[in-house]
Amino acid sequence: MTDWMMMTLIGADRPGIVAHVTRALSDAGVSLGEASMLRLGGSFSIMMMVSAPEGEAGLRRAMTPVLDQLGLRMHLDPVDGGLHRHQIPNVRVRVNGADRTGIVADVTGALLDQGFNILELDSDVAGDSDSPLYIMTIEGYSDRSLDALTRAVEGLGVNASVSPVETLIG
Amino acid sequence: MPVLNILKLPDARLKQLSTPVERFDDALRAFIADLEETRQAGPAAVGIAAPQVGRFQRIVILDCSTTRKPVPNHGHLILINPEISEWDGYEIGREGCLSVPDYTGNVIRATHIHLKAQDPFGEPLEFDMEGYEARAAQHEIDHLDGMLFIDRVVSRRTDLFRRKVYRKGRKKAEA
Ligand SMILES: [Zn+2]
Repeated sequence: MTDWMMMTLIGADRPGIVAHVTRALSDAGVSLGEASMLRLGGSFSIMMMVSAPEGEAGLRRAMTPVLDQLGLRMHLDPVDGGLHRHQIPNVRVRVNGADRTGIVADVTGALLDQGFNILELDSDVAGDSDSPLYIMTIEGYSDRSLDALTRAVEGLGVNASVSPVETLIG
Repeated sequence: MPVLNILKLPDARLKQLSTPVERFDDALRAFIADLEETRQAGPAAVGIAAPQVGRFQRIVILDCSTTRKPVPNHGHLILINPEISEWDGYEIGREGCLSVPDYTGNVIRATHIHLKAQDPFGEPLEFDMEGYEARAAQHEIDHLDGMLFIDRVVSRRTDLFRRKVYRKGRKKAEA
């Protein structure tokens, strides 16, 4: 049974972060699991499952040079997790509206009241600084009907559409 | 009738191009029965293609009649030498594959297709398919051309989401 840690890395975006970080991990014999790597607002963020043969202390030792070189900050959490534990979403919710405080809280709160478990959420601010437009896509799992979910997100002052995700296996 | 072994990535044979069926004989029909048994033996697959069991001929089985939420469909279909002659519309949907266990991803597919094929006796077939069934046909025919859905997976941040959202908003405003 593999012991996984969740590694979070954040720093100003520049070319080479992923290549250098994963090379340092590979040289230290570290295995990688599921990962999400993304540029957000000029920063680059990595969240990644790692399994280090020499544990947390060895992992920190191996990472120090590359963190210093690239100006990254690292956070490590032991996690009680593993691979092959995917949950498959059955509902997609798309939201857009004039950007205002509380859109995410309103929509996700209404979904939570319907027992909706968010598996992935992407959000972005489009438009321009004078008229920002908030756009969000959520995929998750819920036992409730699409009608119930649609009613839950209606009347929040945003355009929200709820659609089924019927995963095709073939 | 045996359940056949399903090829799984990284097996390079999944990339192989399949050849047209020329002999519509009992051996073909016996193989199709085995292929169907194999489809039903695994996780609820709405389709299977012959190359997934290592037979590189243009044979596909589709059955979109048993989805959790009913979708427009033509029932249980055996499609020999299927060819799509028309495509229309596009949509993102989530796919997985018997040959790529424990992975699903979003893929853009045509929403409407016109498809020609032959049945197990060589008789011509023609269908207009939409939505989920059209997606399944495109997924399976890809297998015949050595393509897997993971070759078509799009980023979650793909532009299509935004365009669809905008279009929907505009429709509402006009109504
Ligand atoms: Zn497949």
